[in-house]
Amino acid sequence: MVRSPESPVLTINGLVKDVGPLPTLDGKMLRVVSGLSLIAERGQVTALLGANGAGKTTTIECAQGLQRRTAGSISLLGQDPDTAGAGLRARVGVMLQDGGLPPSARPIPLLRHIAGMYQDPWPVDELIARLGIDSFSRTSVRRLSGGQKQRLALAAALVGNPEVLFLDEPSAGLDPQSRQMVFDLIAELRNSGMGIILTTHLMDDAQRLADYVYIIDAGRNVAEGTVAQLLRHELPAGDDGQHIRTLLFETEPGLDFTGVLPDGVDITEARAGSYAATGALTPADLAAITAWWAARGIMPSSLSLEARSLEDVFLDISGREIR
Amino acid sequence: MTRVSGSAPLGSAPLGSPARTAGGRAPAPLLRRILLQGQYETITMLRNGEQLILAIVLPLLAMVGLTVTPLLDGLGPSRINVAVPGILALCAMSTAFTGQGIATGFDRRYGVLRFLSTTPLGRTGLIAGKVLAVLAVLFLQVLVVTAVALMLGWQPNAAGWLPGLAILVLGAASFTALGLLVAGTVRPEATLAITNLLWILLGALGGIVIPAERLPALSQAVVHFLPSGALGQALRDAFLYGSVNAGAVLVLLLWTAIAGGAAIRWFKWN
Repeated sequence: MVRSPESPVLTINGLVKDVGPLPTLDGKMLRVVSGLSLIAERGQVTALLGANGAGKTTTIECAQGLQRRTAGSISLLGQDPDTAGAGLRARVGVMLQDGGLPPSARPIPLLRHIAGMYQDPWPVDELIARLGIDSFSRTSVRRLSGGQKQRLALAAALVGNPEVLFLDEPSAGLDPQSRQMVFDLIAELRNSGMGIILTTHLMDDAQRLADYVYIIDAGRNVAEGTVAQLLRHELPAGDDGQHIRTLLFETEPGLDFTGVLPDGVDITEARAGSYAATGALTPADLAAITAWWAARGIMPSSLSLEARSLEDVFLDISGREIR
Repeated sequence: MTRVSGSAPLGSAPLGSPARTAGGRAPAPLLRRILLQGQYETITMLRNGEQLILAIVLPLLAMVGLTVTPLLDGLGPSRINVAVPGILALCAMSTAFTGQGIATGFDRRYGVLRFLSTTPLGRTGLIAGKVLAVLAVLFLQVLVVTAVALMLGWQPNAAGWLPGLAILVLGAASFTALGLLVAGTVRPEATLAITNLLWILLGALGGIVIPAERLPALSQAVVHFLPSGALGQALRDAFLYGSVNAGAVLVLLLWTAIAGGAAIRWFKWN
Protein backbone atom coordinates (compact mmCIF):
# COMPACT_ATOMS: atom_id res chain seq x y z
CA MET A 1 0.00 0.00 0.00
CA VAL A 2 1.12 3.52 -0.68
CA ARG A 3 1.81 5.45 2.47
CA SER A 4 1.00 9.13 2.05
CA PRO A 5 3.90 11.55 2.42
CA GLU A 6 1.88 13.62 4.93
CA SER A 7 2.24 12.82 8.59
CA PRO A 8 -0.26 10.22 9.85
CA VAL A 9 -3.35 11.46 11.70
CA LEU A 10 -2.84 8.87 14.43
CA THR A 11 0.24 7.01 15.59
CA ILE A 12 0.03 4.55 18.47
CA ASN A 13 3.22 2.98 19.70
CA GLY A 14 3.41 0.13 22.22
CA LEU A 15 0.09 0.97 23.88
CA VAL A 16 -0.51 -0.81 27.19
CA LYS A 17 -3.72 -0.47 29.18
CA ASP A 18 -4.40 -2.16 32.52
CA VAL A 19 -7.79 -2.00 34.18
CA GLY A 20 -8.77 -2.94 37.68
CA PRO A 21 -8.01 -4.12 40.27
CA LEU A 22 -10.86 -6.51 39.54
CA PRO A 23 -12.58 -8.62 42.22
CA THR A 24 -12.99 -11.41 39.66
CA LEU A 25 -9.20 -11.63 39.38
CA ASP A 26 -8.51 -11.72 43.15
CA GLY A 27 -7.93 -7.98 43.08
CA LYS A 28 -5.35 -8.15 40.29
CA MET A 29 -5.16 -5.82 37.30
CA LEU A 30 -6.30 -7.01 33.91
CA ARG A 31 -4.16 -6.10 30.90
CA VAL A 32 -6.66 -5.37 28.12
CA VAL A 33 -4.16 -3.90 25.67
CA SER A 34 -0.57 -5.13 25.64
CA GLY A 35 1.89 -3.40 23.35
CA LEU A 36 -0.39 -2.46 20.47
CA SER A 37 0.89 -0.22 17.66
CA LEU A 38 -0.82 1.28 14.65
CA ILE A 39 -0.70 4.12 12.16
CA ALA A 40 -3.71 5.78 10.53
CA GLU A 41 -3.27 8.00 7.49
CA ARG A 42 -5.17 10.99 6.16
CA GLY A 43 -7.62 10.17 3.37
CA GLN A 44 -7.81 6.51 4.38
CA VAL A 45 -10.11 4.25 6.33
CA THR A 46 -8.11 2.31 8.91
CA ALA A 47 -9.97 -0.58 10.53
CA LEU A 48 -9.29 -2.29 13.84
CA LEU A 49 -10.75 -5.73 13.36
CA GLY A 50 -11.15 -8.15 16.20
CA ALA A 51 -13.57 -10.24 18.22
CA ASN A 52 -15.55 -8.74 21.09
CA GLY A 53 -13.20 -8.05 23.99
CA ALA A 54 -10.09 -7.90 21.79
CA GLY A 55 -9.24 -4.38 23.05
CA LYS A 56 -10.39 -2.34 20.05
CA THR A 57 -12.62 0.08 21.94
CA THR A 58 -10.08 0.51 24.74
CA THR A 59 -7.43 1.35 22.15
CA ILE A 60 -9.42 4.05 20.40
CA GLU A 61 -10.72 5.44 23.70
CA CYS A 62 -7.11 5.93 24.77
CA ALA A 63 -6.56 7.77 21.47
CA GLN A 64 -9.62 9.95 22.11
CA GLY A 65 -8.41 10.85 25.61
CA LEU A 66 -11.38 9.08 27.21
CA GLN A 67 -9.15 6.54 28.95
CA ARG A 68 -5.68 7.04 30.39
CA ARG A 69 -3.09 4.66 28.98
CA THR A 70 -0.81 2.66 31.28
CA ALA A 71 2.20 2.87 28.93
CA GLY A 72 3.13 3.61 25.35
CA SER A 73 2.75 6.72 23.24
CA ILE A 74 -0.12 8.16 21.24
CA SER A 75 0.08 11.03 18.78
CA LEU A 76 -3.24 12.31 17.45
CA LEU A 77 -2.68 15.07 14.86
CA GLY A 78 0.72 15.52 16.46
CA GLN A 79 -0.62 15.97 20.00
CA ASP A 80 -0.93 13.78 23.08
CA PRO A 81 -4.69 13.25 23.62
CA ASP A 82 -4.19 13.09 27.42
CA THR A 83 -2.94 16.67 27.63
CA ALA A 84 -4.46 18.30 24.55
CA GLY A 85 -7.29 20.81 24.88
CA ALA A 86 -10.32 22.06 23.01
CA GLY A 87 -8.16 22.94 19.99
CA LEU A 88 -7.48 19.25 19.31
CA ARG A 89 -11.00 18.13 20.21
CA ALA A 90 -12.40 20.54 17.60
CA ARG A 91 -10.47 18.66 14.89
CA VAL A 92 -11.57 15.17 15.93
CA GLY A 93 -15.04 13.62 15.59
CA VAL A 94 -16.09 10.69 17.75
CA MET A 95 -18.95 8.23 17.38
CA LEU A 96 -19.13 6.06 20.48
CA GLN A 97 -20.35 2.48 20.49
CA ASP A 98 -23.29 3.35 22.74
CA GLY A 99 -24.03 6.59 20.88
CA GLY A 100 -23.68 8.85 23.90
CA LEU A 101 -26.74 10.94 23.03
CA PRO A 102 -29.15 12.11 25.76
CA PRO A 103 -32.35 9.97 25.58
CA SER A 104 -34.73 12.89 26.09
CA ALA A 105 -33.17 15.04 23.35
CA ARG A 106 -34.69 15.61 19.91
CA PRO A 107 -32.32 15.20 16.95
CA ILE A 108 -32.24 18.69 15.47
CA PRO A 109 -31.90 20.80 18.65
CA LEU A 110 -29.24 18.34 19.80
CA LEU A 111 -27.22 18.69 16.59
CA ARG A 112 -27.58 22.48 16.70
CA HIS A 113 -26.38 22.47 20.30
CA ILE A 114 -23.28 20.44 19.45
CA ALA A 115 -22.65 22.59 16.36
CA GLY A 116 -22.50 25.60 18.69
CA MET A 117 -19.33 24.19 20.25
CA TYR A 118 -17.43 24.86 16.99
CA GLN A 119 -16.34 28.06 15.32
CA ASP A 120 -17.29 26.93 11.82
CA PRO A 121 -19.45 23.80 12.00
CA TRP A 122 -20.75 21.72 9.14
CA PRO A 123 -24.17 23.23 8.30
CA VAL A 124 -26.64 21.17 10.33
CA ASP A 125 -29.29 21.24 7.59
CA GLU A 126 -26.86 19.60 5.18
CA LEU A 127 -26.04 16.82 7.63
CA ILE A 128 -29.72 16.27 8.39
CA ALA A 129 -30.55 15.88 4.70
CA ARG A 130 -27.48 13.79 3.92
CA LEU A 131 -28.17 11.26 6.68
CA GLY A 132 -31.95 11.20 6.27
CA ILE A 133 -32.48 12.58 9.78
CA ASP A 134 -35.46 14.74 8.72
CA SER A 135 -37.59 11.58 8.58
CA PHE A 136 -37.34 11.18 12.38
CA SER A 137 -36.55 14.73 13.49
CA ARG A 138 -39.52 14.93 15.88
CA THR A 139 -38.73 11.71 17.72
CA SER A 140 -36.77 11.74 20.96
CA VAL A 141 -33.49 9.81 20.98
CA ARG A 142 -34.95 7.20 23.35
CA ARG A 143 -37.62 6.23 20.76
CA LEU A 144 -35.30 6.01 17.74
CA SER A 145 -34.51 2.66 16.14
CA GLY A 146 -30.97 1.36 16.38
CA GLY A 147 -30.19 2.48 12.84
CA GLN A 148 -31.67 5.96 13.33
CA LYS A 149 -29.64 6.37 16.50
CA GLN A 150 -26.45 5.35 14.67
CA ARG A 151 -27.11 7.88 11.90
CA LEU A 152 -27.73 10.64 14.44
CA ALA A 153 -24.57 9.69 16.33
CA LEU A 154 -22.64 9.85 13.06
CA ALA A 155 -24.07 13.30 12.35
CA ALA A 156 -23.08 14.41 15.86
CA ALA A 157 -19.54 13.15 15.23
CA LEU A 158 -19.35 15.01 11.90
CA VAL A 159 -20.92 18.32 12.91
CA GLY A 160 -17.52 19.83 13.70
CA ASN A 161 -16.32 18.91 10.19
CA PRO A 162 -13.37 16.98 11.69
CA GLU A 163 -10.01 16.05 10.17
CA VAL A 164 -10.08 12.72 12.01
CA LEU A 165 -13.17 10.61 12.57
CA PHE A 166 -13.42 7.72 15.04
CA LEU A 167 -16.24 5.24 14.50
CA ASP A 168 -16.77 2.50 17.07
CA GLU A 169 -18.75 -0.32 15.42
CA PRO A 170 -20.41 2.01 12.89
CA SER A 171 -22.76 -0.53 11.29
CA ALA A 172 -24.22 -1.89 14.55
CA GLY A 173 -28.01 -1.92 14.31
CA LEU A 174 -28.14 -0.55 10.76
CA ASP A 175 -30.70 -1.88 8.31
CA PRO A 176 -29.34 -2.53 4.77
CA GLN A 177 -30.48 0.87 3.45
CA SER A 178 -28.97 2.87 6.31
CA ARG A 179 -25.85 0.80 6.06
CA GLN A 180 -25.44 1.66 2.40
CA MET A 181 -26.04 5.34 3.19
CA VAL A 182 -23.49 5.34 6.02
CA PHE A 183 -20.92 3.41 3.98
CA ASP A 184 -21.29 5.75 1.01
CA LEU A 185 -20.81 8.74 3.28
CA ILE A 186 -17.73 7.19 4.88
CA ALA A 187 -16.25 6.57 1.42
CA GLU A 188 -16.95 10.17 0.39
CA LEU A 189 -15.40 11.54 3.56
CA ARG A 190 -12.34 9.40 3.02
CA ASN A 191 -12.03 10.65 -0.56
CA SER A 192 -12.28 14.22 0.67
CA GLY A 193 -9.18 13.68 2.82
CA MET A 194 -10.57 12.82 6.25
CA GLY A 195 -8.64 10.23 8.24
CA ILE A 196 -11.14 7.63 9.45
CA ILE A 197 -10.44 5.06 12.15
CA LEU A 198 -13.10 2.46 12.78
CA THR A 199 -13.44 -0.62 14.91
CA THR A 200 -15.50 -3.58 13.86
CA HIS A 201 -15.93 -7.24 14.55
CA LEU A 202 -17.63 -7.63 11.16
CA MET A 203 -15.29 -8.85 8.43
CA ASP A 204 -17.70 -7.57 5.82
CA ASP A 205 -17.40 -3.99 7.12
CA ALA A 206 -13.63 -4.14 7.00
CA GLN A 207 -13.63 -5.75 3.58
CA ARG A 208 -15.98 -3.14 2.12
CA LEU A 209 -14.64 -0.02 3.81
CA ALA A 210 -11.07 -0.31 4.92
CA ASP A 211 -7.93 0.75 3.08
CA TYR A 212 -5.80 -0.77 5.78
CA VAL A 213 -6.73 -3.33 8.43
CA TYR A 214 -5.17 -4.14 11.79
CA ILE A 215 -6.33 -7.46 13.17
CA ILE A 216 -6.34 -7.28 16.97
CA ASP A 217 -6.54 -10.23 19.31
CA ALA A 218 -6.21 -10.25 23.11
CA GLY A 219 -4.92 -6.65 23.07
CA ARG A 220 -2.15 -7.35 20.54
CA ASN A 221 -1.54 -6.81 16.84
CA VAL A 222 -1.77 -10.18 15.12
CA ALA A 223 -1.80 -9.13 11.47
CA GLU A 224 -2.05 -6.02 9.33
CA GLY A 225 -2.26 -5.04 5.72
CA THR A 226 -4.63 -4.03 2.98
CA VAL A 227 -7.59 -6.32 2.55
CA ALA A 228 -5.92 -7.79 -0.56
CA GLN A 229 -2.69 -8.43 1.36
CA LEU A 230 -4.54 -10.12 4.19
CA LEU A 231 -6.48 -12.33 1.80
CA ARG A 232 -3.19 -13.71 0.53
CA HIS A 233 -2.04 -14.36 4.07
CA GLU A 234 -0.70 -17.83 4.88
CA LEU A 235 -0.85 -19.29 1.42
CA PRO A 236 1.73 -22.03 0.83
CA ALA A 237 5.16 -20.79 -0.30
CA GLY A 238 5.71 -20.64 -4.05
CA ASP A 239 2.04 -20.09 -4.69
CA ASP A 240 2.74 -16.49 -5.75
CA GLY A 241 -0.22 -14.89 -4.08
CA GLN A 242 -3.08 -16.88 -5.51
CA HIS A 243 -6.40 -16.56 -3.76
CA ILE A 244 -7.86 -19.41 -1.83
CA ARG A 245 -11.29 -20.09 -3.24
CA THR A 246 -14.14 -22.39 -2.45
CA LEU A 247 -16.24 -24.11 -5.09
CA LEU A 248 -19.67 -25.02 -3.72
CA PHE A 249 -21.96 -27.38 -5.61
CA GLU A 250 -24.89 -29.69 -5.03
CA THR A 251 -25.51 -32.91 -6.86
CA GLU A 252 -26.06 -36.62 -6.12
CA PRO A 253 -24.62 -37.77 -2.76
CA GLY A 254 -21.66 -40.05 -2.13
CA LEU A 255 -19.43 -39.17 -5.10
CA ASP A 256 -15.73 -40.02 -4.86
CA PHE A 257 -13.59 -37.22 -6.29
CA THR A 258 -10.23 -38.88 -5.63
CA GLY A 259 -7.67 -37.83 -8.23
CA VAL A 260 -9.95 -35.26 -9.92
CA LEU A 261 -8.38 -32.20 -8.31
CA PRO A 262 -4.75 -31.56 -7.27
CA ASP A 263 -3.54 -32.46 -3.75
CA GLY A 264 -3.79 -28.92 -2.36
CA VAL A 265 -7.56 -28.84 -2.86
CA ASP A 266 -9.81 -30.33 -0.21
CA ILE A 267 -13.22 -31.71 -1.11
CA THR A 268 -15.72 -32.26 1.67
CA GLU A 269 -19.34 -33.34 1.62
CA ALA A 270 -20.86 -31.16 4.37
CA ARG A 271 -24.26 -32.82 4.09
CA ALA A 272 -25.47 -35.46 1.67
CA GLY A 273 -25.03 -34.12 -1.88
CA SER A 274 -23.60 -30.76 -0.83
CA TYR A 275 -19.89 -30.43 -1.62
CA ALA A 276 -17.22 -27.79 -0.97
CA ALA A 277 -13.84 -27.81 -2.74
CA THR A 278 -11.39 -25.40 -1.06
CA GLY A 279 -7.90 -24.44 -2.18
CA ALA A 280 -5.90 -22.33 -4.64
CA LEU A 281 -8.26 -23.30 -7.45
CA THR A 282 -7.11 -22.60 -11.01
CA PRO A 283 -9.14 -22.41 -14.24
CA ALA A 284 -7.64 -25.81 -15.11
CA ASP A 285 -9.10 -27.27 -11.88
CA LEU A 286 -12.56 -25.98 -12.85
CA ALA A 287 -12.16 -27.51 -16.32
CA ALA A 288 -11.09 -30.80 -14.75
CA ILE A 289 -14.07 -31.08 -12.44
CA THR A 290 -16.64 -30.07 -15.06
CA ALA A 291 -15.07 -32.56 -17.51
CA TRP A 292 -15.36 -35.24 -14.83
CA TRP A 293 -19.07 -34.42 -14.43
CA ALA A 294 -19.59 -34.39 -18.20
CA ALA A 295 -18.00 -37.84 -18.55
CA ARG A 296 -20.49 -39.18 -15.99
CA GLY A 297 -23.56 -37.22 -17.08
CA ILE A 298 -23.71 -35.33 -13.78
CA MET A 299 -25.48 -31.97 -13.78
CA PRO A 300 -25.12 -30.05 -10.45
CA SER A 301 -28.31 -28.51 -9.19
CA SER A 302 -26.33 -25.51 -7.90
CA LEU A 303 -22.81 -24.23 -8.41
CA SER A 304 -20.94 -21.23 -6.99
CA LEU A 305 -17.40 -20.01 -6.55
CA GLU A 306 -16.38 -17.94 -3.52
CA ALA A 307 -13.12 -16.20 -2.83
CA ARG A 308 -11.53 -16.69 0.53
CA SER A 309 -13.09 -14.14 2.83
CA LEU A 310 -11.43 -11.91 5.36
CA GLU A 311 -13.37 -13.90 7.91
CA ASP A 312 -11.41 -17.03 6.99
CA VAL A 313 -8.16 -15.12 7.35
CA PHE A 314 -9.28 -13.72 10.68
CA LEU A 315 -10.27 -17.13 12.00
CA ASP A 316 -7.01 -18.66 10.74
CA ILE A 317 -5.01 -16.04 12.57
CA SER A 318 -6.92 -15.60 15.79
CA GLY A 319 -8.03 -19.20 16.18
CA ARG A 320 -11.48 -20.66 15.87
CA GLU A 321 -12.31 -21.20 19.50
CA ILE A 322 -15.21 -19.25 20.97
CA ARG A 323 -14.10 -16.63 23.47
CA MET B 1 -15.56 16.31 -5.10
CA THR B 2 -16.55 12.96 -6.53
CA ARG B 3 -19.73 11.27 -5.47
CA VAL B 4 -19.49 7.56 -4.97
CA SER B 5 -21.84 5.77 -7.32
CA GLY B 6 -24.84 3.87 -6.05
CA SER B 7 -25.62 6.22 -3.21
CA ALA B 8 -28.57 5.47 -1.00
CA PRO B 9 -32.13 6.39 -1.93
CA LEU B 10 -32.54 8.07 1.45
CA GLY B 11 -30.80 11.38 2.00
CA SER B 12 -30.25 12.48 -1.55
CA ALA B 13 -28.85 15.92 -0.71
CA PRO B 14 -25.32 16.49 -1.94
CA LEU B 15 -22.49 16.34 0.52
CA GLY B 16 -21.46 19.82 1.52
CA SER B 17 -17.92 20.98 1.51
CA PRO B 18 -16.00 18.88 3.98
CA ALA B 19 -12.30 19.43 4.43
CA ARG B 20 -12.37 23.18 4.30
CA THR B 21 -9.23 25.00 5.24
CA ALA B 22 -7.42 23.50 8.20
CA GLY B 23 -7.77 26.76 10.11
CA GLY B 24 -11.56 26.47 9.95
CA ARG B 25 -11.75 23.70 12.53
CA ALA B 26 -11.53 25.76 15.66
CA PRO B 27 -13.53 25.45 18.86
CA ALA B 28 -16.05 28.13 19.78
CA PRO B 29 -14.68 30.36 22.58
CA LEU B 30 -14.66 28.74 26.05
CA LEU B 31 -17.23 31.13 27.52
CA ARG B 32 -19.64 30.54 24.65
CA ARG B 33 -19.31 26.76 25.01
CA ILE B 34 -20.06 26.92 28.73
CA LEU B 35 -23.00 29.29 28.28
CA LEU B 36 -24.46 27.06 25.54
CA GLN B 37 -24.14 23.97 27.72
CA GLY B 38 -25.65 25.82 30.69
CA GLN B 39 -28.59 26.93 28.56
CA TYR B 40 -29.08 23.44 27.12
CA GLU B 41 -29.03 21.79 30.56
CA THR B 42 -31.34 24.43 32.01
CA ILE B 43 -33.95 23.80 29.30
CA THR B 44 -33.57 20.04 29.78
CA MET B 45 -34.14 20.40 33.55
CA LEU B 46 -37.16 22.66 33.09
CA ARG B 47 -38.73 20.27 30.57
CA ASN B 48 -38.52 17.39 33.03
CA GLY B 49 -41.85 17.08 34.85
CA GLU B 50 -40.58 15.11 37.85
CA GLN B 51 -37.80 17.63 38.22
CA LEU B 52 -40.29 20.51 38.30
CA ILE B 53 -42.36 18.80 41.00
CA LEU B 54 -39.25 18.38 43.11
CA ALA B 55 -37.94 21.87 42.37
CA ILE B 56 -41.10 23.98 42.65
CA VAL B 57 -44.23 22.10 43.67
CA LEU B 58 -42.94 20.25 46.74
CA PRO B 59 -41.14 23.31 48.22
CA LEU B 60 -44.29 25.42 47.74
CA LEU B 61 -46.43 22.72 49.38
CA ALA B 62 -43.97 22.55 52.27
CA MET B 63 -44.11 26.34 52.63
CA VAL B 64 -47.91 26.34 52.80
CA GLY B 65 -47.81 23.37 55.18
CA LEU B 66 -45.48 25.19 57.56
CA THR B 67 -47.68 28.31 57.62
CA VAL B 68 -50.93 26.46 58.41
CA THR B 69 -49.46 24.23 61.16
CA PRO B 70 -48.01 25.38 64.49
CA LEU B 71 -44.69 23.56 63.88
CA LEU B 72 -42.59 26.74 63.76
CA ASP B 73 -44.51 28.77 66.35
CA GLY B 74 -42.35 30.75 68.75
CA LEU B 75 -39.18 30.68 66.63
CA GLY B 76 -39.62 34.11 65.07
CA PRO B 77 -42.02 36.95 64.43
CA SER B 78 -44.29 34.82 62.18
CA ARG B 79 -44.56 31.30 60.80
CA ILE B 80 -43.90 32.45 57.22
CA ASN B 81 -40.81 34.45 58.22
CA VAL B 82 -39.25 31.34 59.79
CA ALA B 83 -40.42 29.03 56.99
CA VAL B 84 -39.26 30.83 53.81
CA PRO B 85 -35.45 30.72 54.36
CA GLY B 86 -35.70 26.96 54.93
CA ILE B 87 -37.80 26.59 51.79
CA LEU B 88 -35.12 28.42 49.78
CA ALA B 89 -32.54 26.03 51.22
CA LEU B 90 -34.79 23.11 50.24
CA CYS B 91 -34.94 24.47 46.68
CA ALA B 92 -31.14 24.46 46.49
CA MET B 93 -31.05 20.85 47.70
CA SER B 94 -33.77 19.81 45.17
CA THR B 95 -32.00 21.26 42.17
CA ALA B 96 -28.30 20.96 42.99
CA PHE B 97 -28.30 17.60 44.74
CA THR B 98 -31.28 15.48 43.74
CA GLY B 99 -32.19 16.86 40.31
CA GLN B 100 -28.70 17.44 39.00
CA GLY B 101 -27.39 14.23 40.62
CA ILE B 102 -30.00 12.03 38.95
CA ALA B 103 -29.56 13.75 35.56
CA THR B 104 -25.78 13.34 35.73
CA GLY B 105 -26.08 9.70 36.81
CA PHE B 106 -28.20 8.83 33.78
CA ASP B 107 -26.05 10.95 31.45
CA ARG B 108 -23.15 8.86 32.64
CA ARG B 109 -25.03 5.61 32.02
CA TYR B 110 -25.97 6.61 28.46
CA GLY B 111 -22.45 7.75 27.57
CA VAL B 112 -23.53 11.40 27.24
CA LEU B 113 -20.72 12.56 29.53
CA ARG B 114 -18.16 10.65 27.48
CA PHE B 115 -19.48 11.91 24.15
CA LEU B 116 -19.66 15.55 25.24
CA SER B 117 -16.17 15.35 26.69
CA THR B 118 -14.84 14.44 23.23
CA THR B 119 -16.33 17.65 21.78
CA PRO B 120 -14.66 21.04 22.31
CA LEU B 121 -16.84 21.40 25.43
CA GLY B 122 -14.64 18.93 27.33
CA ARG B 123 -15.01 17.72 30.91
CA THR B 124 -14.39 21.09 32.54
CA GLY B 125 -16.89 22.82 30.27
CA LEU B 126 -19.43 20.11 30.95
CA ILE B 127 -19.18 20.55 34.73
CA ALA B 128 -19.22 24.34 34.39
CA GLY B 129 -22.36 24.07 32.25
CA LYS B 130 -24.04 21.92 34.91
CA VAL B 131 -23.18 24.42 37.65
CA LEU B 132 -24.58 27.21 35.48
CA ALA B 133 -27.82 25.27 34.91
CA VAL B 134 -28.19 24.68 38.66
CA LEU B 135 -27.77 28.41 39.30
CA ALA B 136 -30.25 29.34 36.55
CA VAL B 137 -32.94 26.97 37.84
CA LEU B 138 -32.26 28.09 41.42
CA PHE B 139 -32.74 31.71 40.31
CA LEU B 140 -36.16 30.84 38.89
CA GLN B 141 -37.05 28.96 42.09
CA VAL B 142 -36.09 31.96 44.21
CA LEU B 143 -38.31 34.19 42.04
CA VAL B 144 -41.33 31.88 42.35
CA VAL B 145 -40.89 31.15 46.07
CA THR B 146 -40.32 34.84 46.87
CA ALA B 147 -43.40 35.89 44.91
CA VAL B 148 -45.64 33.34 46.63
CA ALA B 149 -44.06 34.04 50.05
CA LEU B 150 -44.60 37.79 49.74
CA MET B 151 -48.26 37.09 48.94
CA LEU B 152 -48.42 34.97 52.11
CA GLY B 153 -47.05 37.88 54.12
CA TRP B 154 -43.30 37.19 54.22
CA GLN B 155 -41.32 40.15 55.59
CA PRO B 156 -37.63 39.41 55.04
CA ASN B 157 -34.99 41.51 56.80
CA ALA B 158 -33.77 43.87 54.07
CA ALA B 159 -30.15 43.48 55.21
CA GLY B 160 -30.49 39.72 54.71
CA TRP B 161 -30.78 39.66 50.93
CA LEU B 162 -27.10 40.05 50.07
CA PRO B 163 -25.67 37.53 52.56
CA GLY B 164 -28.72 35.30 52.06
CA LEU B 165 -28.30 34.97 48.31
CA ALA B 166 -24.53 34.49 48.64
CA ILE B 167 -25.08 31.73 51.19
CA LEU B 168 -27.71 30.16 48.94
CA VAL B 169 -25.16 29.99 46.10
CA LEU B 170 -22.60 28.48 48.49
CA GLY B 171 -25.19 25.92 49.58
CA ALA B 172 -25.93 25.10 45.95
CA ALA B 173 -22.20 24.60 45.38
CA SER B 174 -21.88 22.13 48.25
CA PHE B 175 -24.98 20.21 47.16
CA THR B 176 -23.79 20.19 43.52
CA ALA B 177 -20.47 18.70 44.65
CA LEU B 178 -22.31 16.07 46.73
CA GLY B 179 -24.69 15.27 43.86
CA LEU B 180 -21.79 14.84 41.42
CA LEU B 181 -19.96 12.66 43.94
CA VAL B 182 -22.94 10.29 44.20
CA ALA B 183 -23.71 10.38 40.46
CA GLY B 184 -20.11 9.69 39.51
CA THR B 185 -19.50 6.74 41.81
CA VAL B 186 -22.63 4.54 41.90
CA ARG B 187 -25.12 3.22 39.34
CA PRO B 188 -27.81 5.71 38.22
CA GLU B 189 -30.57 3.66 39.87
CA ALA B 190 -28.67 3.90 43.16
CA THR B 191 -28.14 7.64 42.59
CA LEU B 192 -31.89 7.99 42.11
CA ALA B 193 -32.59 6.12 45.36
CA ILE B 194 -29.87 7.80 47.44
CA THR B 195 -30.57 11.38 46.38
CA ASN B 196 -34.36 11.03 46.74
CA LEU B 197 -34.06 9.33 50.13
CA LEU B 198 -31.60 11.93 51.41
CA TRP B 199 -33.87 14.71 50.10
CA ILE B 200 -36.70 13.37 52.26
CA LEU B 201 -34.51 12.58 55.31
CA LEU B 202 -32.56 15.84 55.23
CA GLY B 203 -35.71 17.76 54.35
CA ALA B 204 -37.58 16.40 57.36
CA LEU B 205 -34.82 15.82 59.92
CA GLY B 206 -31.74 17.56 58.53
CA GLY B 207 -32.49 20.99 59.96
CA ILE B 208 -33.25 22.48 56.58
CA VAL B 209 -36.88 23.62 56.98
CA ILE B 210 -37.40 22.65 60.62
CA PRO B 211 -34.77 24.31 62.84
CA ALA B 212 -32.61 22.17 65.09
CA GLU B 213 -34.41 23.21 68.29
CA ARG B 214 -37.63 21.57 67.05
CA LEU B 215 -35.88 18.27 66.24
CA PRO B 216 -35.32 15.32 68.61
CA ALA B 217 -32.47 15.95 71.06
CA LEU B 218 -30.38 13.18 69.51
CA SER B 219 -30.22 14.83 66.08
CA GLN B 220 -29.70 18.39 67.36
CA ALA B 221 -25.93 18.02 67.78
CA VAL B 222 -25.46 16.44 64.35
CA VAL B 223 -27.68 18.79 62.40
CA HIS B 224 -25.35 21.79 62.71
CA PHE B 225 -22.63 19.86 60.91
CA LEU B 226 -24.83 18.72 58.01
CA PRO B 227 -24.93 20.83 54.84
CA SER B 228 -28.72 20.89 55.16
CA GLY B 229 -28.69 22.15 58.76
CA ALA B 230 -25.93 24.66 58.11
CA LEU B 231 -27.65 26.07 55.01
CA GLY B 232 -31.08 26.23 56.68
CA GLN B 233 -29.69 27.95 59.79
CA ALA B 234 -27.49 30.40 57.86
CA LEU B 235 -30.43 31.44 55.66
CA ARG B 236 -32.74 31.88 58.68
CA ASP B 237 -30.12 34.04 60.41
CA ALA B 238 -29.75 36.13 57.26
CA PHE B 239 -33.43 36.64 56.39
CA LEU B 240 -34.72 36.87 60.01
CA TYR B 241 -31.99 39.02 61.56
CA GLY B 242 -29.80 40.22 58.69
CA SER B 243 -26.80 38.49 60.24
CA VAL B 244 -24.13 36.13 58.89
CA ASN B 245 -23.71 32.82 60.73
CA ALA B 246 -19.95 32.33 60.30
CA GLY B 247 -19.97 28.83 61.80
CA ALA B 248 -22.60 27.60 59.35
CA VAL B 249 -20.78 29.24 56.42
CA LEU B 250 -17.59 27.42 57.48
CA VAL B 251 -19.47 24.10 57.58
CA LEU B 252 -20.77 24.73 54.04
CA LEU B 253 -17.29 25.65 52.79
CA LEU B 254 -15.89 22.43 54.27
CA TRP B 255 -18.59 20.28 52.67
CA THR B 256 -17.98 21.97 49.31
CA ALA B 257 -14.23 21.41 49.52
CA ILE B 258 -14.44 17.81 50.75
CA ALA B 259 -17.23 16.66 48.41
CA GLY B 260 -15.70 18.57 45.49
CA GLY B 261 -12.28 17.02 46.11
CA ALA B 262 -13.78 13.55 46.48
CA ALA B 263 -15.78 13.99 43.27
CA ILE B 264 -12.66 15.06 41.37
CA ARG B 265 -10.79 12.08 42.78
CA TRP B 266 -13.41 9.33 42.35
CA PHE B 267 -15.79 10.49 39.63
CA LYS B 268 -16.00 7.80 36.93
CA TRP B 269 -16.88 9.10 33.47
CA ASN B 270 -18.02 5.74 32.15
